[in-house]
Amino acid sequence: MKYFDDLRRGDVIMTGRHTFNADEIKAFATRFDPQLFHVDEDAAAQSHFGALCASGWQTAAVWMRLFIDHLRDETDAMRARGEPIAASGPALGIRDLKWLKPVYVGDVIDYKSEITELRVSNSRPGFGLMTILSTGVNQNGVPAISFLSTTFVERRPDQA
Amino acid sequence: MAKLHFEDFQSGAVAVYGPRLVTREEIIAFAAEFDPQPMHLDEAAAANTLLGGLGASGWHSCCLLMRMIADGFLLNSSSMGGPGVEEVNWLKPLRPGTAIRVRSTVLETRASNSRPEMGLVRFLFEVIDESDAAMTTMRTTLMLGRRAPGARR
Repeated sequence: MKYFDDLRRGDVIMTGRHTFNADEIKAFATRFDPQLFHVDEDAAAQSHFGALCASGWQTAAVWMRLFIDHLRDETDAMRARGEPIAASGPALGIRDLKWLKPVYVGDVIDYKSEITELRVSNSRPGFGLMTILSTGVNQNGVPAISFLSTTFVERRPDQA
Repeated sequence: MAKLHFEDFQSGAVAVYGPRLVTREEIIAFAAEFDPQPMHLDEAAAANTLLGGLGASGWHSCCLLMRMIADGFLLNSSSMGGPGVEEVNWLKPLRPGTAIRVRSTVLETRASNSRPEMGLVRFLFEVIDESDAAMTTMRTTLMLGRRAPGARR
């Protein structure tokens, strides 16, 4: 991650894509959200969802994994160019998490995260707080998830 | 036990679910799969982060909360899912070996205008530790089927 002071509002800091299959939807839901419409095709068909769909927490957790993978690739590239790497995380929390459309078996979700706010941290000298808007859009262009999250990012040593 | 419907949730009602002991192994397993940052994977690396030691991914806390309310009441209800979450605050790290509970408070209930078969229940869920301190708080609305669709309340 770049230093807090080198980030700008509007920067897109991550993109990623994931295809949801039935086995992983059921495996995740069995562990964390075993409501029938997330674990059983027949019961899901009878529910208001009409078919098996992913737990909303899975749609979010998949974003997290893609975000970290993206960050790792970016960090590797920065290190290869001899650039300094800023520490980031943990997050303070999330806001306005919306599950806009169910994620069904075979859906392909394109994720994107964009910086919406940057402010200096009062509680942690040397760090700033970055707020990002993350969205996931399905293969039909329909938004399935969106949320805001706020995370600590290290300041540039000459700015902190 | 009769299935819980929208009508069974009253504003102000409090319930506590758990405890559930969260192990080091499950913290690392979740992080390896969904949030592979050093602060969630490795004690030594975590010590040098703002987390100040190994702690669970915040998403792991959300997933554990989800599972505990599912077992606590949602699987025995007419749940129709949820449209989203107003806010989640990660206030304190979830450390290995903590016995967590979930405290649930009904904030508000209201009928759906557009869907007479459904009602909306707004909750505050708190993941609390052994000393009742909140580690994660979540405000969210769940959709529940109605026992008497369309009835006024």
